[in-house]
Amino acid sequence: MKMKKLLSVMIASAMVAGMAAGCSTPSGGSSEKSDAKGKVYYLNFKPEADDDWQSLAEAYTEETGVPVTVLTAASGEYEKTLKSEMAKSDAPTLFQVNGPVGLASWKDYCYDLKDSAIAGELTDDSFALMDGEKMAGIAYVIENYGIIYNKGLLEKAGYSAKDITNFDSFKNVVEDITKRKKELGFSAFTSAGMDGSSDWRFKTHLANLPIYYEYKEDGIDNTDAIKGTYLDNYRQIWDLYINNATCEPTALSTKTADDATADFVTEEAVFYQNGTWEMNNIADVGEDNLGILPIYVGIKGEEEQGVCTGTENYWCVNSKASEDDIQATMDFMNWCVTSDTGVEAMCKNMGFVIPFSSNLESDNVLVNEANKYMENGKAPVSWNFSTMPSEEWKNGVGSALTAYAADQSDANWEKVVTAFVDGWAAEAAAAK
Amino acid sequence: MEKAIKRYMPIFVLPTFFAFVLGFIVPFIMGIWLSFCKFTTVTDAKFVGISNYIDALGDTVFRHSFWYTVLFAVISLAVINVIAFALGMALTKELRGTNVFRTVFFMPNLIGGIVLGYIWQLIFNGILEKYGTALALNEWYGFWGLIILVSWQQIGYMMIIYIAGLQSIPGDVMEAAEIDGATRWQRLWKVTIPMMMPSITICMFLSITNGFKLFDQNLSLTAGEPSKMSEMMALNIFNTFYGRTGWEGVGQAKAVLFFLLVVMIGMLQLRATRSKEVQQ
Repeated sequence: MKMKKLLSVMIASAMVAGMAAGCSTPSGGSSEKSDAKGKVYYLNFKPEADDDWQSLAEAYTEETGVPVTVLTAASGEYEKTLKSEMAKSDAPTLFQVNGPVGLASWKDYCYDLKDSAIAGELTDDSFALMDGEKMAGIAYVIENYGIIYNKGLLEKAGYSAKDITNFDSFKNVVEDITKRKKELGFSAFTSAGMDGSSDWRFKTHLANLPIYYEYKEDGIDNTDAIKGTYLDNYRQIWDLYINNATCEPTALSTKTADDATADFVTEEAVFYQNGTWEMNNIADVGEDNLGILPIYVGIKGEEEQGVCTGTENYWCVNSKASEDDIQATMDFMNWCVTSDTGVEAMCKNMGFVIPFSSNLESDNVLVNEANKYMENGKAPVSWNFSTMPSEEWKNGVGSALTAYAADQSDANWEKVVTAFVDGWAAEAAAAK
Repeated sequence: MEKAIKRYMPIFVLPTFFAFVLGFIVPFIMGIWLSFCKFTTVTDAKFVGISNYIDALGDTVFRHSFWYTVLFAVISLAVINVIAFALGMALTKELRGTNVFRTVFFMPNLIGGIVLGYIWQLIFNGILEKYGTALALNEWYGFWGLIILVSWQQIGYMMIIYIAGLQSIPGDVMEAAEIDGATRWQRLWKVTIPMMMPSITICMFLSITNGFKLFDQNLSLTAGEPSKMSEMMALNIFNTFYGRTGWEGVGQAKAVLFFLLVVMIGMLQLRATRSKEVQQ
């Protein structure tokens, strides 16, 4: 009896001890002692740059003694991670929003950066994200996207980038390659995968073009009701993508981003719509072999159009953090874009083009190729997709595009138009 | 012994009770409060009244997901329980290798829903590709895909419960029925099933609530494609919460409605089957 009693007490106390241990996990970094006040907690958006941020954070801590924690959200999970992290008492002090729509949910958490040191480093005020008079966010990377192509394969097909100056000439090249697909041994496009890992290339990035031209025509930079003036052009380019790819249009819903990368790297396709951030994944094709084309959608005068250049990465400082932490965070940001170590890490290791005066020339071939268009006086296409009213809207357009790809009837295209135009109005009204 | 149990009760109960409060009661009360609020993070909310509920009930996609979920729950309930019961019967007949079969049937239950969803997605799409189509193109492919998936996952679990129930039926009752000249069919309907009612109650309760709550399998198998047509209630709530700026509260309101619905259906089902249970 005594034994049993003793045993039960022991087991019970072991359980309690186990629970207590589980609850009192020390929060990272806070126990470190240093002279500097405050700490930095950065919730990073770019999984591909995670390693670089970790080592940069370490370097900063070594130099200044300020603890920097970097947490990277999984691809496509940023908003969810941010939402739950922000609810904690040890919330991120540095986070990012993707533009005006992202800002709408976080504006109460954004510290006014107008008087910060880093704001003075910006090369152009348009890289700041304003909420009325408040400077809520600061862009930290400028990126480009377009149609990445394989120079060698294009030559093999008997063409060069010079032959492609607008939609019609592009279409000719693409359809000619498809016609001779067997003989050439490769397709025109990589699979336009509509799996969640890849569909943003079309429902967000490609959809930017009709929005860009509509905004341009109407002289606006945001709207609650899109008209869809250029949706026929959207259809043209989408038709071209899906009917000249490595896979059947019906199989698109199952194709992933990895599939498309594989198509491109194994030289099964010439064209691949993506951006400068993709460089590391496709470097195997050979640096000299890579080029980037503007996305032509068949608009008058598009010969003068460049690649899509912009940003959806705005740094914001959590206004609900303590004064010390806010100061420490702003110091860290400023250090990243002014110190040699920081700039080196951002421009070289991460391959970013940063909108600050310290920017170094890029090693990224795609960036340099994209810059050539600007140097030649082509007008860059701005990133208007950050004005898309919600994730729901993007998903609606994406689903409609997938259904249309499988059965390319006018009725199905009407559904894309409905999702695009009516969906926009509905979502803009719903976002309150 | 009785006294000892009483004296040490807090030690045994408190850890679990603490975990239950922390992991269930607190979030539950917070959740109800948040369904009346507008918020971005859960610790920083502003009261707005019942507008979230109005938006939730006015959402046509939510209503579609309700009917889709009901249909799914009913069909999966029937399929899972009939097959699990039949398997349970077969595997209590002292066949050779019974233990091996029980293990094999139970094993899918040990794999997580997300993983299962992706594996079955590969399988289904591999087959559908031959016919020039895919899971994401038709809501009913997704529907039957989910039925197959959860059946495969849960039949083994329900089977174990049925086996336990079958083994507890006293042999003399069966023997008496046999001597009285009852046929196999009569023995099944008049003896086995009434004696099994407690197991049937619990299995039906589990499978119907599982059917309503289904989330990870839905997320990974179809993700609601095409155009949210294969989106079940739990996934709809999740997508509402994260899909739009300012709709967190609506998602929360849907979650409260969903909770009430599942509790109601669970209660009704329990009462219906309980009343058929017999004393042994």
